[in-house]
Amino acid sequence: MKEEVIALVSGTLFGIGLAVAQMTNPAKVIHFLDVTGAWDPSLAFVMGTALVVSALAYRLRRMTIPVPTRIDARLVGGAALFGLGWGSRASALGRRSPRSRRARRRS
Amino acid sequence: MTEFTPGSAALGGLIIGAAAALLFLALGRIAGISGIVGRALVPGDGESRGWRIAFVLGLPLGAALVSAVAGPLELTVEASFPMLVSAGLLVGFGTRLGSGCTSGHGVCGLARGSARSLTATLTFMIVAALTVFVTRHVLEGISS
Repeated sequence: MKEEVIALVSGTLFGIGLAVAQMTNPAKVIHFLDVTGAWDPSLAFVMGTALVVSALAYRLRRMTIPVPTRIDARLVGGAALFGLGWGSRASALGRRSPRSRRARRRS
Repeated sequence: MTEFTPGSAALGGLIIGAAAALLFLALGRIAGISGIVGRALVPGDGESRGWRIAFVLGLPLGAALVSAVAGPLELTVEASFPMLVSAGLLVGFGTRLGSGCTSGHGVCGLARGSARSLTATLTFMIVAALTVFVTRHVLEGISS
């Protein structure tokens, strides 16, 4: 039970962080990936600061769960597929008119 | 076109880092969203769903809290519905095959100094950037 509560708090914090960082907006991510276009480096700042804080945590406690260390085709292939999917959200292919659709989400 | 917002990006990142730190320091778990979602849905032998489901429920809750305080969240969808479906399939499959995503590899893995995560992160970043480049700057004349 305590495990679930901590996980809920962590997930909620994570969600708050994503929303504050505007990573909930697909356009922010796509414009980070659009390096030759109207580039928005914000995502790098998000990842950079998150990384620094996490690194502190990893210094304070040892990893107790075993994790694989081999760099293999599954890792690279999987990452490539993820990247392809992630980047393909820049495409309006399949829409009748390729205009971006602005949607304001209500809470 | 989106504005460069270093302040909110850094603040959000700090909070994300704190969330990952909490999960690790308190439960010894890695805040890799794709893995948590994947194993919440299809747990492996001996893997508990409870904390994973709780974590996943927290994500939209956190975003909702922010919008309750700061107003509706800006959200611009540039992809067509068919592209979103295929993108989702690729992301879901790819992150499970590659054992992680931007949080698992990009934040947690790099924070641990994992060579595997560095390889994965560079791969998906480069492939994603190339995909956007081809989509935006090569195919744009063709995709109407």
